[in-house]
Amino acid sequence: MTETMLTVSQLTKKYADKTALSNANLQIDQGEFVALVGMSGGGKSTLLRLIAGLEEPTSGVLTFAGGRPVIRVMFQNDRLLPWMTVLQNVTFKQQAKSLQQQGQKMLALVGLADFTDVYPAQLSGGQKQRVALARALMARPQLLLLDEPLGALDALTRRNMQDLILSVCQRQQLTTILVTHDVQEAARMADRIVVIKDHTNLYEERVRDHQDPAEVAIVAERVLQEIVGEAS
Amino acid sequence: MENTAVLNKTHSLDSQLKRPRWRQISWQKVLPWIVPLTLLVTWQAVVSFGWVASSTLPSPLAVIQDGIGLIVDGTLPKNISISLYRATMGLLIGGSIGFLLGFVNGLSTHMRALTDSSIQMLRNIPHLSLIPVVILTLGIGEIAKISLVAVGVMFPVYINTFHGIRSVDPELIEMGRSYGLSRQALFTKIIFPGALPTILMGLRYALGVMWTTLIVAETMAADSGIGYMATNAQNFMDMETILLCIVIYALLGKVSDLIAKNIETLALGWQQQKGVH
Repeated sequence: MTETMLTVSQLTKKYADKTALSNANLQIDQGEFVALVGMSGGGKSTLLRLIAGLEEPTSGVLTFAGGRPVIRVMFQNDRLLPWMTVLQNVTFKQQAKSLQQQGQKMLALVGLADFTDVYPAQLSGGQKQRVALARALMARPQLLLLDEPLGALDALTRRNMQDLILSVCQRQQLTTILVTHDVQEAARMADRIVVIKDHTNLYEERVRDHQDPAEVAIVAERVLQEIVGEAS
Repeated sequence: MENTAVLNKTHSLDSQLKRPRWRQISWQKVLPWIVPLTLLVTWQAVVSFGWVASSTLPSPLAVIQDGIGLIVDGTLPKNISISLYRATMGLLIGGSIGFLLGFVNGLSTHMRALTDSSIQMLRNIPHLSLIPVVILTLGIGEIAKISLVAVGVMFPVYINTFHGIRSVDPELIEMGRSYGLSRQALFTKIIFPGALPTILMGLRYALGVMWTTLIVAETMAADSGIGYMATNAQNFMDMETILLCIVIYALLGKVSDLIAKNIETLALGWQQQKGVH
């Protein structure tokens, strides 16, 4: 039986008179890969930022079983420091030998072992996101939050990055929450898809219950209908 | 076999493209010298051909001879060193105050609310208009001249430090916070390096202000320094020395700009790195 890692209860976030998230409820299990999908401005990124601790909720409760875990966020833009080399970005320029070795190991894991001494400006968009992933993995997080990290990549690079993130998450049994606009991406990567619409979570589908790609495609279609159907 | 053919072809192409040694000189290195050299030659020609009287405009050679004489009798080294001392002290004091104020106001909302509008108001007063006040209160000693340079230098350093810190990408700061960086690490690894290009731009501008202020200060109230030399020479209608002082100011300005440029290159080397992926 899987343990619950995170419980979100009646979570609400308001900015002045604007509601970004309203009474969201969610439960995430240890090692689960959950995708939050929905239209822009629907509240999915707000929910992720609240879970990350980047913002305080207006009301509601976030409960982590066994205390707050190590959380790392991978943002839509890579947010690499342009004045640091790839390895320095991953280690935050800390000189400890163990950290240097760990940084090199993480870069090897994302396929950038030969790029330790180059600057971010010398890398392609996909390579930058790989460095951002290596940096996120450095602290051995228990919860990885992905805020549309692949949104700006071309289709092929995006596909490769999806595979890389999936393999890393599976290998390390990382609990992961992915925010994305792309239902196909969500269906391909996640165990469960949660639709955030009108600032709350209204609907969810378990993808891992369906092994057949055709069934997964049907699930994706259902999710898409759920998002856009009533809105259109 | 095919590879060898390709290699041979490349080699012969290289030989064809090989230029004579004199044509390999980088024009980028030569170009900056063309304008000053042309001016110098024109200046010498104008005087040598008698188009302008040498009493009105002495030739470059006469200025150089005058300079050698002043070096030999020790006047020039003494006055250059006193001017350099004033400039450096003014830069250090004014630059430090400007940097500290910009740093504190850039980081602290309360300090910004308390002091920024006052500083902005003071900044708009032309600092050279303070000369009469400075002379009346501090006299014509070293403190007066150094204070004037410090005031002139302080504002560009303040403005650029302040804006540099305020304009660091907030997303990078948020990333640093979410990755658990301490306040100190946040400053040393994200805020300061992010602000550094703007701070150095301020320093470069401040160097220009430093020399301008010093010239005026030494011309109006001094008994030593390059500016004093020029004013003194004016009293004796010594055009060679006046021109020499102007050339020395230009050279000192150029040298300080080169130093600032090298600091920029060293500190901001990462800006030169572009796509090799």
